[in-house]
Amino acid sequence: MTVITGALDFPPVSHLLEWPDFLLKGSLLGINKVVLLTIMGAVLVVVFFWAAGRRQAVVPSGAQNLGEMAIEFVERDIVVNVMGPEAKHWTPFIASIFFFILALNLLGLVPVLQMPVNARMALPMYLALQTWLLMILVGFKHQGFKFIPNTLFPPGVPKALMPLLAFIELLSVFILRPFTLMVRLFANLMAGHMLLTTFYVLSSALFVKSVLVVALPLPVFMAIFVTAFELLVALLQAYIFSILTAVYISESMHGH
Amino acid sequence: MIELLAQTGQEAGELLDGLKAVGAGLGYGLAAIGPGVGIGLVVGHAIDAMARQPEMAGTVRTTMFLGIAFAEALALIGFVVFILLNFA
Repeated sequence: MTVITGALDFPPVSHLLEWPDFLLKGSLLGINKVVLLTIMGAVLVVVFFWAAGRRQAVVPSGAQNLGEMAIEFVERDIVVNVMGPEAKHWTPFIASIFFFILALNLLGLVPVLQMPVNARMALPMYLALQTWLLMILVGFKHQGFKFIPNTLFPPGVPKALMPLLAFIELLSVFILRPFTLMVRLFANLMAGHMLLTTFYVLSSALFVKSVLVVALPLPVFMAIFVTAFELLVALLQAYIFSILTAVYISESMHGH
Repeated sequence: MIELLAQTGQEAGELLDGLKAVGAGLGYGLAAIGPGVGIGLVVGHAIDAMARQPEMAGTVRTTMFLGIAFAEALALIGFVVFILLNFA
């Protein structure tokens, strides 16, 4: 289905998000741009933290300084703030999620690459399912089989409301939580990708030898502005995803 | 006669596509009203709280993002409906 916007030739959505395989064509393990970028993101994070932790000086400098600041930010602002100081051993997991998502989101803004991996449903879905599974496992580990009744029947509620509330809690905790976690990341990144495309298409369409060229600065300015905005979104979405993961896991640890 | 029928069928199909697009747009617009107001309230009160007690800013900010996340969920469901109607 093509989207018609005046005389402009806006590409259909499948052209923006679907990439052909270039290795192992047609098989399940086919590698396209999105897969390549995912691997690149993971490798970038590993290489950065390897470089930061290679020679641990007492007075940090360069990469080690940046790495320590980044890890301290995750530990202080996400893990300790949300899960409490006794849950510091969750820092490596939350930090991995945070920096993996951040690296992928930032790769989506690098010229030539320009494809946020999280604008495809697969990776957000995997990450959300991982959080969902961990939430349930941690709940069973810390609360035993009382995890389910503890979650479904919060204390201090009138008996008459219990069935209704249990149904709402069941829906919101076990279905809506992973779903919104997934869709939030996916929708924000895809919307940003399409917004950028819109202004790039508009800019290139106005790059003509006619009077219309006077309108060119507008979409060009907007494209730059939206790129800056996407930088903010990239950080914010990584932050929100990891903070929500921390919240869900800590709620399973402590109950209501 | 058959040509005319075929033409009407095509027009009906186009009309259906158009109605789908209108419905999707309206649905997303309506779904965004409530969360918009909700997020405004959450952030506004969070700023109030941070201005009153700057030493609590970290905790308030975390809670604010949580509140935003819960309010935003409804808008996201609207966005999914939009995508499903338009592209599925």
